[in-house]
Amino acid sequence: MTQVTSQKTVKKNVTIDARGPRFSAVLTLFVLSLAIYTQSIWVLAIQIIVFAIGAIKGPQFTPYAFIFRSLIKPRLKGEVPQEDVRPPQFAQSVGLVFAIVGLAGIIANIPLLFTVSLGFALGAAFLNAAFNFCLGCQIYLLVLRLK
Amino acid sequence: MIPIVLILALATAYGFWHRSTRGVVKQRANKYGSLNEEVLGAPLGVNATLVQFSSVFCTPCRATRSLLQNIVADMPGVVHIDVDAEEQLELVRTLDIRSTPTTLFLDSHGIEVGRAVGAPNRAQVLTALAALN
Repeated sequence: MTQVTSQKTVKKNVTIDARGPRFSAVLTLFVLSLAIYTQSIWVLAIQIIVFAIGAIKGPQFTPYAFIFRSLIKPRLKGEVPQEDVRPPQFAQSVGLVFAIVGLAGIIANIPLLFTVSLGFALGAAFLNAAFNFCLGCQIYLLVLRLK
Repeated sequence: MIPIVLILALATAYGFWHRSTRGVVKQRANKYGSLNEEVLGAPLGVNATLVQFSSVFCTPCRATRSLLQNIVADMPGVVHIDVDAEEQLELVRTLDIRSTPTTLFLDSHGIEVGRAVGAPNRAQVLTALAALN
């Protein structure tokens, strides 16, 4: 009935440079701030596309990741910290959900819904950028437990 | 502008609080009796057992796993068990595990005496294990 995971997780997963998602979080932070400040549907739309690519294809395929690889990564020194791609991908999905709710807030003309839901996305992006916060660690189990 | 500043201030406060609580081994009053091999899927250590709850979307779980495996390797009678929280939701609810990694420190009878939420460091684990023996 029970299974110990250490036997199961031997399966090799895709890993990426762990600094990539953190850099992307910095860009996300700026774009979301701009979206909240301007209340612009177009700025938000850009971030929604980025979140969607990150959530569906993977965080290493977003335009932000492209900027990281072409401009930032060549300038970084030291050992490359590797990270399983699934935790940042999960975080992108959570960001996508909040951003879409925010979009619904603009369309339905409910500014509070827009600001609150984008506020959560902004807070998460900030925590990721500044504290290397693991969103999946905090949220995933709670979501599962609701079932 | 005000909402942005407010959110960043709240997130900063939360971030510092969150960071300061990660990995701290808290003593626990026993609420659910002892855990055993049947429940955990692997035999307990003679002296102590570290039960780590992990999930797929958790980066620090990997580091915690290698740290704990490394520590118990030098300690006869101490065992590390890694549990996939997703596959043990009933146990997760019973033990009130809310995030990953969460590590339970069990004594020789399988009774939880301490719990670390978030990735602990070597010193925190060693101190908690020393208190167990």
